[in-house]
Amino acid sequence: MTISAHRGLRWRLQLTGLALGLAVLYGVGIALFVLTVVGLPLSLVAGVGIPLTLAALLLTRGFTDLYRWAFARLLGVAIGRPYLPWPRGHLGSQLWQLLRTPTTWRDLLWLLLNAVVGLLAPVLVLALAGGVLWYASLPLLWAILDRAAGPEMAEWVLRTDFGFWAIDSQQTAYAGLAIAGGFALLWWLLTPHLLRGYARFCGTLLGPTGAATLAARVRQLTESRAETVDAQAAELRRIERDLHDGAQARLVSLGMSIGLAEELIRTDPEAAIRLLSEAREDSGEALAELRQLVRGMHPPVLADRGLPGGVAALAITHPLPVTVVDELPGRPPAPVESAAYFAVSEALTNISKHAGATAVEVRLAYADGRLVVTVTDDGRGGAQLVSGGGLRGVERRLSAFDGTVSLTSPAGGPTVVTMEIPCELSSAKTTPSSGTG
Amino acid sequence: MRVVLGEDHALLRDGLTRLLVAHDCDVVEAADTGPTLAAALTRHRPDVAVVDVRLPPTFTDEGLRAAIAARQVIPGLPVLVLSQYVEPLYARELLADRAGGVGYLLKDRVSQVAQFVDALRRVAAGGTAMDPEVVAQLLGGGRDRLAPLTAREQEVLALMAEGRTNAAIARALFVTEKAVGKHINNVFRKLDLPESADDNRRVLAVLAYLQHDPATDGPRR
Repeated sequence: MTISAHRGLRWRLQLTGLALGLAVLYGVGIALFVLTVVGLPLSLVAGVGIPLTLAALLLTRGFTDLYRWAFARLLGVAIGRPYLPWPRGHLGSQLWQLLRTPTTWRDLLWLLLNAVVGLLAPVLVLALAGGVLWYASLPLLWAILDRAAGPEMAEWVLRTDFGFWAIDSQQTAYAGLAIAGGFALLWWLLTPHLLRGYARFCGTLLGPTGAATLAARVRQLTESRAETVDAQAAELRRIERDLHDGAQARLVSLGMSIGLAEELIRTDPEAAIRLLSEAREDSGEALAELRQLVRGMHPPVLADRGLPGGVAALAITHPLPVTVVDELPGRPPAPVESAAYFAVSEALTNISKHAGATAVEVRLAYADGRLVVTVTDDGRGGAQLVSGGGLRGVERRLSAFDGTVSLTSPAGGPTVVTMEIPCELSSAKTTPSSGTG
Repeated sequence: MRVVLGEDHALLRDGLTRLLVAHDCDVVEAADTGPTLAAALTRHRPDVAVVDVRLPPTFTDEGLRAAIAARQVIPGLPVLVLSQYVEPLYARELLADRAGGVGYLLKDRVSQVAQFVDALRRVAAGGTAMDPEVVAQLLGGGRDRLAPLTAREQEVLALMAEGRTNAAIARALFVTEKAVGKHINNVFRKLDLPESADDNRRVLAVLAYLQHDPATDGPRR
């Protein structure tokens, strides 16, 4: 939702609708609280109490989610979801686990406090809106009642006596418009504040506590660390295998060829020469394999030129024309560069395999403490983050750095893959482009 | 032939010097860092420079940059870059001044001494010598720009990029030199290379090969 919409009439009407909704939900909240309070003691004697309480707690989660959704959507007040996944096990154990979770009690406390003060803000908003409607319609009402039942009847129905103002004629009824104006002003000014204040009150109990946020973060880090460790171990195994089966074996054969050549050099120089040239070929192939291995670990051009150079090198060997736009004010740390490089490489490979594109743009930028890499192609679109797919692999690779991958790919394209990795840049580019500019 | 060598690895430096001297080259200076190499190149103006990409102090592309900088001071200074790895990006940068006299080979090619010395002489004479691996990497990409070329013309261009003469290409493809000449003319025509400056057209063709699209001419800065 944009700022301009936030300031508009339509938004305030929506907020008034929200207030009406909150007033209705107030009753539901009380019902849920009562349900839980009744269910809990019943649970001690088991029977129907446990499922009743569980249902109440589950409904409460859905109920608070509704509040979170409405506050985020209409007020821009984001309240995090503090819940752990619903516990497993039989019903009794589920309830036991829930009762040991602070969020359950915070929810209950919120239901209780909400029952006390929850109506305040919505009712005030509705009263202001109601004031506007009532006073603005006075002239019309007077006219109708006057015609239908005469002025005495109208005066009796619409009786309003503030001392300085009594409605006893069509003229005095028009004064209602001025009061409606006052209400409208108050409604316009106060509605957002009242509801935001209410949303914040809800946020203090419905949002995650510092400890909960921390726990969630620890859980996330544990997962990403496990993935990183797995990936590293697999990588090491691959390198070990490649060295063992490739370069190492070739060097052994090289040594044997040279040894044999030494023996033969006097008796059969021809054979010795053949062996030596074989040995040279072996050494060449061993080098080629080592080179391949190094490229897979850390491409030399990336080490030399940093991310822009590495991506430019990828661009050259890509079958499609790839435009590289470098807006990086400095160099990211080497591990981040490496992760981003392989991510771009994977994205480019994906494009050449699946996209049916004719041109690609890779943009390297830095904003809000994040390296932002966008890869855009003009292909047919419809790309997805499927498990086992290349982009999912990129996501896993970047998760070690708290990085994210997002994808927009409407049918018909264009497809935009955005990769973001939080990092610090070194102050200046240490490796400017070479003298050729 | 006077040679300036830029190589930081002592064993390789000595080996290369021995190899070059054995083939009637005069190694006037063997520099082991980027700055000393740059200074040596401008001071000696050698017939050819043999340069490692990675040199101290940064151990990145110091040698490559020293060579490119020297060519700006001494246009057409023949440079043969030897590296543990080949990178099309670097090949393109070396060729970017279009003056020719450039080679870029994997270090292991040195072990095929005759071919290496041949490449060195070609570069010294103003020709080009690209490592087959650069060429292979680019072909693997399946360049769009080369789409109009027939398979045979692409083969010819690839061999031309490696720096071979028409005679050598003819031998490699088992065709007559005349046929090679015809293919090369077709390549020039299809890549839209100007008729004039006949000497540089081979370089331009290789460059066209490396620069598949002007829009992707390196990162914008």
